[in-house]
Amino acid sequence: MYEAATPHISKEHREFLKKVKRKNVLIRVTQFALLIVFFATWEIVARYKIVDPFLVSQPSRMLKTMMILSQNGSLFMHIWVTLSETIIGFTLGTVIGMIIAILLWWSDFLSKVAEPYLVVLNSLPKIALGPIFIVWMGNGEAPIITMALAISLIVTIISLQTGFKEVDDEKIKLLKTFGATKMQILTKCILPASIPTIISAIKINIGLSWVGVITGEFLVSKAGLGYLIVYGGQIFKLDLVMTSVLILSILSALMYIFIVYLEKKLIRWR
Amino acid sequence: MNKIMVNLKDVSFNYHTLEGETEALKNISFDVYEGEFVGIIGPSGCGKSTLLSIISGLLKPSYGSVEVNGKIGYMLQKDHLFEWRNIWQNALLGLEIQKSLTEESKKYVEGLLVKYGLGEFKNHYPNQLSGGMRQRAALIRTLALKPDILLLDEAFSALDYQTRLAISDEVYKILKYEQKTAVIVTHDISEAISMCNRIVVLSNRPAHVKKIYDIVLTCEDRTPIGCRKAPEFREYFNSIWKELDVHV
Ligand SMILES: Nc1ncnc2c1ncn2[C@@H]1O[C@H](COP(=O)(O)OP(=O)(O)O)[C@@H](O)[C@H]1O
Ligand SMILES: [Mg+2]
Repeated sequence: MYEAATPHISKEHREFLKKVKRKNVLIRVTQFALLIVFFATWEIVARYKIVDPFLVSQPSRMLKTMMILSQNGSLFMHIWVTLSETIIGFTLGTVIGMIIAILLWWSDFLSKVAEPYLVVLNSLPKIALGPIFIVWMGNGEAPIITMALAISLIVTIISLQTGFKEVDDEKIKLLKTFGATKMQILTKCILPASIPTIISAIKINIGLSWVGVITGEFLVSKAGLGYLIVYGGQIFKLDLVMTSVLILSILSALMYIFIVYLEKKLIRWR
Repeated sequence: MNKIMVNLKDVSFNYHTLEGETEALKNISFDVYEGEFVGIIGPSGCGKSTLLSIISGLLKPSYGSVEVNGKIGYMLQKDHLFEWRNIWQNALLGLEIQKSLTEESKKYVEGLLVKYGLGEFKNHYPNQLSGGMRQRAALIRTLALKPDILLLDEAFSALDYQTRLAISDEVYKILKYEQKTAVIVTHDISEAISMCNRIVVLSNRPAHVKKIYDIVLTCEDRTPIGCRKAPEFREYFNSIWKELDVHV
């Protein structure tokens, strides 16, 4: 039975809430401390030459690299290149994947026809297509975005298709008793019921798009974080490599946080 | 006699799958009159849901004819409230589908929610409500379309026993108050006797009509719970039990 939240809280319950809160604070503090300890240790072992800073770089040198790169503006240019490629690849993968999944839901015939192709394309390592994309599209951003798209598209189609199929048949029967059209079944039931599936597909897609873009940039690029990493590796500037990796992890974390926020907004009923 | 709301004449139905043909219904004939509550009882898997699908027009009979005079409302086994819609939005679902959302129809639904104790829960999501309240919300979603005939397909079987007794009593009163005709599929013999004017007993698959009971109970309080005290109750129960011929 539903009960409205009572404004009066017993002493025992207040104690309980306090305990939970204290635990959460402790978790946050420990997480933060771990990060600081990690970077501090790194800094110290590099500074006292316990490990060779030439090989592992050093937080202070990474900071300096970041400063230099941001002063001449190239840092933001590189970040922007990678970020925009990722967002475009990710958006294309999600939107096109969703459209195809809807078409396959709509037509059982199409879905049966497509099945073996999806299976094969899904198991193919998409990176193998990289050189083909480059030959076809040149060495600009197009092959990189296509790489991100190729990596995320099939997974999106398959997971959405599975999600659509898992929607309770009885819910569809209910709509049919109201005389719903196929379009109404799609918009009133299949899509909203699949929001959790769509969100989890998006989460996976973001990760995959980063993979696609960075691999793409490894193969062919004149700018971007992937380019910095490869370039830094070639001239043995580990400072540059580590800095780029650090920025990359911060960016992907931020993007993930954004999706979790979106999830909370969209799935209020839970 | 009252107006005939549903007329089934020699209805048969077969399912076709790759495994073969399943005969679900065979030569089913009976009528449902206005204001009447007809119970349908039979072994599980015999074809009861199929029969309701045919009455509602979701399936066309393979043979025979179905005539329905009035608008149908269908209540499924579970409430199937959409968990991403609040109670208000759920109640309006049918109207939305049939594109008949008007100020007037909204007012009508609002009135139903208030009348049946869900007025304060309009903005709640289904998972915040008890099983009984959810069932009531599902009933209002059906009533919103002002159906003349309600088809209930084991509508209470997902509830626990106590809730089921209470809710079937409540639904009975609501349907009587709104002057509806009802076809009630159940596997609970007591529920059928307590709610219905007539009970159609179906055989094993392919279902045909084994026997039709006219239920006449002498009780002052003609509600499902009150009726269970009627002296005839046991006799009907034993007779239907024998007719169903359950072997375990
Ligand atoms: N879509 C279907 N395709 C094939 N056979 C079905 C289908 N739906 C139901 N059946 C079969 O028809 C018979 C009657 O089903 P149903 O009407 O659901 O029975 P009941 O509601 O009485 O339990 C069952 O044997 C069931 O297996
Ligand atoms: Mg059934």
